Amino acid sequence: MSILIDKNTRVITQGITGATGLFHAQGAREYGTSMVGGVTPGKGGTTIDGFPVFDTVTDAVAATGATASVIYVPPPFAADSIMEAVDAGIELVCCITEGIPVLDMVKVKQYLKGRNTRLVGPNCPGVITPGQCKIGIMPGYIHKPGKVGVVSRSGTLTYEAVWQLTNVGLGQSTCVGIGGDPVNGTSHIDCLRLFEEDPDTEAVIMIGEIGGNAEEEAARFVKEHMKKPVAAYIAGVTAPPGKRMGHAGAIISGGKGTATEKVAVLKECGISVAATPAEMAEALLKVYRPS
Amino acid sequence: MNIHEYQAKAILRKFGVPVPDGHVCYNGASAREWAKRLGEGPWVVKAQIHAGGRGKGGGVKLARTPDEVQLIARDMLGMTLRTHQTGPEGKVVHRVLIENGCNIGRELYVSLLVDRATSKVTVMASTEGGMDIEEVAAKTPEKIFMETVDPLAGLTPFQCRKLAFSLGLTGKLLTKTVKLLQSLYTTFIACDCSLLEINPLVVTKEDELLALDAKFGFDDNAMFRHLQIGDMRDFDEEDANEVEASQHDLSYISLNGNIGCLVNGAGLAMATMDIIKHYGGDPANFLDVGGGATIERVTEAFKIILSDKNVKGILVNIFGGIMKCDVIATGVIEAAKQVEIKVPLVVRLEGTNVDQGKRLLKESGLNIVAADGMADGAKKIVQAVAAAT
Repeated sequence: MSILIDKNTRVITQGITGATGLFHAQGAREYGTSMVGGVTPGKGGTTIDGFPVFDTVTDAVAATGATASVIYVPPPFAADSIMEAVDAGIELVCCITEGIPVLDMVKVKQYLKGRNTRLVGPNCPGVITPGQCKIGIMPGYIHKPGKVGVVSRSGTLTYEAVWQLTNVGLGQSTCVGIGGDPVNGTSHIDCLRLFEEDPDTEAVIMIGEIGGNAEEEAARFVKEHMKKPVAAYIAGVTAPPGKRMGHAGAIISGGKGTATEKVAVLKECGISVAATPAEMAEALLKVYRPS
Repeated sequence: MNIHEYQAKAILRKFGVPVPDGHVCYNGASAREWAKRLGEGPWVVKAQIHAGGRGKGGGVKLARTPDEVQLIARDMLGMTLRTHQTGPEGKVVHRVLIENGCNIGRELYVSLLVDRATSKVTVMASTEGGMDIEEVAAKTPEKIFMETVDPLAGLTPFQCRKLAFSLGLTGKLLTKTVKLLQSLYTTFIACDCSLLEINPLVVTKEDELLALDAKFGFDDNAMFRHLQIGDMRDFDEEDANEVEASQHDLSYISLNGNIGCLVNGAGLAMATMDIIKHYGGDPANFLDVGGGATIERVTEAFKIILSDKNVKGILVNIFGGIMKCDVIATGVIEAAKQVEIKVPLVVRLEGTNVDQGKRLLKESGLNIVAADGMADGAKKIVQAVAAAT
């Protein structure tokens, strides 16, 4: 078991005829993911390296039975691509694209309400259930099937955590990069809830960053609703104030958002916090005995 | 991206938000002429720099006659203005705004921003205009009022009325407030703002509303559809290295330490700074080369790091996903050919094509210390810099 994706997930690539889209579709196929085709408007009916190409997501779903979509469409058009996938009834949409205007995402977020699609990202590495299904840009070889769930706002820090886990012999159930943008589809809490419900996940590593108060809320969720052990790391202890967070943005979140404040809240909620990014697996082993 | 006050007011004027009449000037004589054209006086002369707190630093002055406008403008142009936001080095004033004065009755505060928690635009208003809003939030949060905007309905008149009543704006001012707030919302959406702040919003003794100061923050991701706003960028106001970096699509922020960092991914870049600090070092910069960096971009990144004279060592920390380790390695070797690297260099590579990357560095004959993991890399660079200084 796992969350979000498994060996039965059938994936299409939106933007498959672009260099990035094709490269990662090939990579995912080599990993063993069931990559069933792609979408590029105007190129329907053709094939590229064995992948059938469709004009619309609806066509692709009808022909391939796709249940998930991964988006590599350039930023000006990516929000539209997400909504197209939602409209076609895709269950899981992973948007890898970095640099989507935030007001486009405000609209997408509203569009998602009342519909059955889960969006992961944008500006994220994707989702992987090791040994079964890889959707996104993460290097496959660092992962190992197992029982630890990983959720993170940062792509490369997710790889760092996964690599540490694999090196101490701990495999992963599913790793989710939720993306670093201010407005995104899936939150830390969404993933924590799924990991708590997943019988094959035994423990979770959560990786956060400065800004906003999502990590604090996630910590309170852990305290109130989770029985499984959780370890965490928060990046940005040394980040200069004011560079990333807008003046008024800090107020909305009640003056919170610094790494020091976040770490304090996490510890209060019983989470094992890694002192440095090199000690994430170690921090988990302090609270988790693998079965 | 930020813009000057006079540019902000020009945008607001275009969208029907009331602002004082004014004009930007580059010398005293033209300031005098523009004052005469603008009105009867008095006038306000305002230094145009990208920083708040100008009034306290002597960057905002009242003039009673056109001659006085000229004198003040002449003194202000070229002066170095220091405020709590400029840092001790201050900023040189290259342009001044000449504006008609007004009879201030009350000073209020209004801002719009994208709130992460609700994923929606939020309008925030306060009766405490002219103050630092963070201070108001900390001391008297009951004086701040908020409305969250439904992206499909937009900012509705009833929401504007709620805010107006909270601010005590009734009678004739009620309609004016609704119109002003809706114009601000239209501006915010049309220009892809991340922040739009009017502080103070003034109620004049004649019962008019005026945006006396305005601050815009724009969403950098949306600038591709706002070329005219992009043209307002003033490179004099920005750190030269940060400008250079942005032209090569590198995300760079200069800091005060002496260990240069070159990392892929914002999260890993922040974490690298944190771990350097943890082992007793001090990072000189934040630098994210991004996912799709080319050899040229990596070379430019090295040049930018080395142009900072404080840098006494460099730590490269790459965990390749999209980014391939052989590309980074080639970039490092290329940069070493173009600029002489005299400081210690520690490289940690992991991820896509890691073996090719490591081999390239080994065969290059460069004096590079290879690191095994993040902690090892941080320890090695901190030791090397300590030994060299």
